[in-house]
Amino acid sequence: MAGNDIWITGIGLVSCAGEGRAAHLAALDSTAPPALDQTSFAPFAIHPGPALELDRQIPKKGDQRQMEPWQRLGTYAAGLAIDDAGARALVAEMDLIVAAGGGERDQALDEAVMAALRPLPPEAAAVKLNEMLAGGLRPTLFLAQLSNLLAGNISIVHGVTGASRTLMGEEQAGADALRIAAARLAEGNSRIALVGGAYNAARWDLLALYHSGGLLRQGPYQPVFSREDAPGAVTATQAAFLVLETAESARARGAKGLARLGAIATAQARRNAADRGHEAMAQAYARLAPRLPEGRLAVISGCTGAAVPTVLEREVLGGLSRPLAVRATGSRIGWGVEATFPANAALAALCLAEGRFPAPMEKLEAPFEGTPRDILVTGFGAWRGEALAHLAAIPAGEQP
Amino acid sequence: MSMFRDHAGRPLVAITGIGLVTPLGLGVEDNWAALRAGRSGIRHITRFPTDHLRTTIAGTVDLPGLDSPAVTSAVRVERYATMAAEEALAQAGLPRGDFPGPLMLGMPPVETEWPYRAALAAKVAPAAPLYPALADAAANWEEMYEASAFAGVGEHLAARFGTRGAPVAITTACATGASAIQLGVEAIRRGEAEAALAIGADGTVQAEALIRFSLLSALSTRNEDPARASRPFDKTRDGFVMSEGAACLVLESLEHARARGARVLGILRGCGEKSDSFHRTRSNPDGGAVIKAMRNAIADAGLEPSDISYVNAHGTGTPENDKMETLGMRTVFGNDAPPISSNKSMIGHTLSAAGAIEAAFSLLVLRDQVLPPTINHAEPDPAITLDVVPNVAREAKVSHILSNSFGFGGQNVCLVLSAEPA
Repeated sequence: MAGNDIWITGIGLVSCAGEGRAAHLAALDSTAPPALDQTSFAPFAIHPGPALELDRQIPKKGDQRQMEPWQRLGTYAAGLAIDDAGARALVAEMDLIVAAGGGERDQALDEAVMAALRPLPPEAAAVKLNEMLAGGLRPTLFLAQLSNLLAGNISIVHGVTGASRTLMGEEQAGADALRIAAARLAEGNSRIALVGGAYNAARWDLLALYHSGGLLRQGPYQPVFSREDAPGAVTATQAAFLVLETAESARARGAKGLARLGAIATAQARRNAADRGHEAMAQAYARLAPRLPEGRLAVISGCTGAAVPTVLEREVLGGLSRPLAVRATGSRIGWGVEATFPANAALAALCLAEGRFPAPMEKLEAPFEGTPRDILVTGFGAWRGEALAHLAAIPAGEQP
Repeated sequence: MSMFRDHAGRPLVAITGIGLVTPLGLGVEDNWAALRAGRSGIRHITRFPTDHLRTTIAGTVDLPGLDSPAVTSAVRVERYATMAAEEALAQAGLPRGDFPGPLMLGMPPVETEWPYRAALAAKVAPAAPLYPALADAAANWEEMYEASAFAGVGEHLAARFGTRGAPVAITTACATGASAIQLGVEAIRRGEAEAALAIGADGTVQAEALIRFSLLSALSTRNEDPARASRPFDKTRDGFVMSEGAACLVLESLEHARARGARVLGILRGCGEKSDSFHRTRSNPDGGAVIKAMRNAIADAGLEPSDISYVNAHGTGTPENDKMETLGMRTVFGNDAPPISSNKSMIGHTLSAAGAIEAAFSLLVLRDQVLPPTINHAEPDPAITLDVVPNVAREAKVSHILSNSFGFGGQNVCLVLSAEPA
């Protein structure tokens, strides 16, 4: 692979901690449990998103109306990232790689349809379904449903019109979005890219889905590595976008980088007896290891709290046989599914830019002294999908 | 410059296997024979009742057991993709369970569909089927998770075909199949892999999806004569016809293909894309993004517009698309625009599969030097001055093909497919 140096020159973060750099730095310094809504979706808790002044990033009400909450959230965060990078002038040539989930449902219509169909025999139920959907679906909902329309909305609202790709596949999609965007920049296909994802946690349909996979926690707040009583993730309204840029491009326009994005390795273990995930992660780590420094390794962990991957991550990290300082973002901003890996990369970049590292929140999070120069970001998907990324501080002398 | 490198010094990417599943048939040769003969695969929908629907026709792949409203889209997508991949791997002469590269899967967004909602509603009876109760009833029902999560189809295919690394699932609306191929080409050009299994698949001919497209006024309502409904570039076109299917392309570096003695079907020589910021379902009337995507693909292939001997159209049959595509053709090619024809006149719009299916057909055009027709061309549109290969296939000398895919949401991808270099 060609070796263009890749910098992160902007981040756009929205989570239960708030929006933007300052709110997230405060969240990383805090050891108090994050904002949690334990009643609206009981027995599940969610980490709610902040109230957003949408007009600041999505000025046209018509655009806002054409989107469902997850798209507004993502489009808003994408705008924050572009502003953070000072890259408005570059949007026409900016690659856009989005990790997207599915569209939101009209919950009331779904419930009415199910109630009407349940007593009917299959043939009559199918006819009734047609009648109720044809009369009840809002045309605009479809556009909010299509996964690629988060990217479409970012193009329309912010004018980002380079390559446009939308990846699907929960956390894995977020990690591969970052990997593919970085590879295109490294190769010289593009000089700048906007990458990220968004997840709206205030949705019963996806709580039902993730609960079918046995992925959700029911119980009071606990940090992710302390959920043995009831393992599971707590979903979170979250959006994260990063502006990636070749160092050459950033320097040429006088833009400072938050961090250097090194290697990213993704894998997908079967997580069965034959392929538990240890080997896949050992291979992934081996691809990053040559660039990692000696000493205590700072880790921003994407641990979700779900049973299988949490055990896997503890074993894999334990198997590295080196001192670690792990900080799990799931304990601080929850699980944002497609947004998770981009959010964690953005938080790691923020730590490196500010020379800070989060305060420990539980026993497994060992103290870390000093200023992190390198951070390993982990992603162990709640169901499947594993990823590692290496981010490094940019020496002051290399900044413009 | 090595014989295995392109004009930019990148590895040339060969196609060594293709597989096809469409409403015209199962398998490459049946599909190609039907396409050359100008046969339509569009029919009245029998998969589910069509009462209350404005559109009652579609292209469907009618496989035993899958042609039922009780089957979810993800199950059909996976089956069609599997069939296409098995055919492509057999042709490429590669083993089924140990593919030397990643899976790049173009597929539609999936979700928890009505069969699962109905099952959950039944579980909670006699309580009202409200979402909180449904969520509770869904607990640890892994089958539902695997059928409804985005990663499900890719996981199953990756396990079956033994592809390397994490499978990548991509959606760019109607350009999805072409985007999947592009991801594979890029991975090979970067040297990340010697090969990639690129698939575009769709199986969403089901009531809710049909109604959603219908509400956008995107679909033809020419229900009385299904085979005549899809009429790209015709003056009386009134929308696209929903369809489904899959295509798989085995991509590998030309060097890798030659080294193992594989038969090369063609070269995936160029990819170009450009997104539009104009509107959620319409292109900018200036055609800028479509024009740029076409030019980018031709430039990426190291060619000039005059090198292109045939264009496989996006050609959906919506009034808007075909006008836009004509503008793009005239702007890029001027007065000497090459012939262009739309496979969608016969198979309908296979959505996430279309870009891959049309790339596979383009390779058959190269092989047999025959242009498939645009059927149902009855009344020429004075605004469309292109040679659309009306109604009847014809022989032609073809060395470089441009295949267009333009998506809702403004994502446009074009591919250039070429004959193997001597």
